[in-house]
Amino acid sequence: MTDTPAAARRTPDRPLVVLENVNKHFGELHVLKDINLTVHEGEVVVVIGPSGSGKSTLCRTINRLETFESGRIAINGTELPDEGKELARLRADVGMVFQSFNLFAHKTILENVTLGPMKVRGMKPAAAKEHAMELLTRVGVDHQASKYPAQLSGGQQQRVAIARSLAMEPTVMLFDEPTSALDPEMINEVLDVMTELARSGMTMVVVTHEMGFARKAADRVVFMSDGAIVEENTPEQFFTNAQSARAKDFLGKILTH
Amino acid sequence: MIDLIEQAQLLPAFFLTIQLALWSAAFALILGTVIAILRLAPVGVLNALGASYVTLVRNTPLTLIVVACSLVLWGQLGIEPASRRLPDGSGNPDFISSLNFRLGVIGLSIYHAAFVCEAIRSGVNTIPLGQAEAARSIGLTFPQSLREVILPQAFRGAITPLGNVLIALVKNTTVVAAIGVFETAYRMRWIAEFRPADLMPGFALVALGFVILTLPLGLLVSHLSQRLAVKR
Repeated sequence: MTDTPAAARRTPDRPLVVLENVNKHFGELHVLKDINLTVHEGEVVVVIGPSGSGKSTLCRTINRLETFESGRIAINGTELPDEGKELARLRADVGMVFQSFNLFAHKTILENVTLGPMKVRGMKPAAAKEHAMELLTRVGVDHQASKYPAQLSGGQQQRVAIARSLAMEPTVMLFDEPTSALDPEMINEVLDVMTELARSGMTMVVVTHEMGFARKAADRVVFMSDGAIVEENTPEQFFTNAQSARAKDFLGKILTH
Repeated sequence: MIDLIEQAQLLPAFFLTIQLALWSAAFALILGTVIAILRLAPVGVLNALGASYVTLVRNTPLTLIVVACSLVLWGQLGIEPASRRLPDGSGNPDFISSLNFRLGVIGLSIYHAAFVCEAIRSGVNTIPLGQAEAARSIGLTFPQSLREVILPQAFRGAITPLGNVLIALVKNTTVVAAIGVFETAYRMRWIAEFRPADLMPGFALVALGFVILTLPLGLLVSHLSQRLAVKR
């Protein structure tokens, strides 16, 4: 693994995820305020910000697990359709990793990874299984393939969740606080897989509190506060020379420990 | 005692009770699942349809539904779920009994489907929201996520309430005596009428018979609910 500068491995700025003036309310609360964000192919965007700043909502809105009221979101040039088959097809191309893993509790690890390729992509069971085993090997849980999610540690479950998303061969992957529910000693095994994924050129939107990961793997850091994007910059610039008072205050609180 | 069982035809009566329960349970499970799917679907009209069914049927006495099956469904609307003729063209000597049996099954199924639906819905409530979100996020359509993720977990979470419905159904089969199905409760009435001296042992026998039917069901249900529970 080499530390190729992010800009070098990026294909010439093809926008993959585009959000334009996206607004969303939870009742009275304005959780997304005029969000404009473009994620290019191969880019790793890390979204950080205080709790309740709307960063998880932003992540979930991109594949429409959350609805929004105004604005538009397009993935790979296609605007998000309403609920239905079209949306399901689009979601298949967008990987999602949740804070609470959400592995299918009644299916084995292997079945978790093969379900999507077989049901959505129409893959043959043997081919799906072979592909799944490759991915499970890649994330280091191949020897647990016949177990059930509840028998695995949190870190292992989250790595399986990443493999489950990868099995769909997504064009972009969304991570919604993937390490927030993990015991401290398991965080790194998940971050390692994510870093490896970032280096392999996967387009990623990562909501996280892991500043080390943001510094190491991000091409761009997006700082959110109170439902709005306050600042965007390279990790270098953001962590050493934040522009807004809100970001300085946030960094001051988390980086002094 | 033996001669009471024979004269009152209690064994064939219990056999009929078991048949009623099995058929009704099967149809109620299918119909109840369909109604539960209506109530879960992301379509307002279907939700309303499912909710209306449950509200209407659950709050109607079973006797009313069963009698309506006989007097309205068959008597007025002429829907005849049994054939008057055998395949070879001769008259069906069992026409009335199989007609009444099937009308009884229809009534029992309609009634218990409402409870099956609610049991399944309670099973759905045991599933964390994230399971459905994960299903959607890998691109499964709503029917696919129901079949692959939601319903398999819902049934496992609903075994205890479904078992309760099944046990209630076994006992509720006695109501179809009202439309001339010669099951156990019908035979009870025969004992009361023709062997009044044996009323006490008669009651005891029938009660015992139902305990023999439902007790193992209860044990099986609690065994299954533990064995099939989804570990989280």
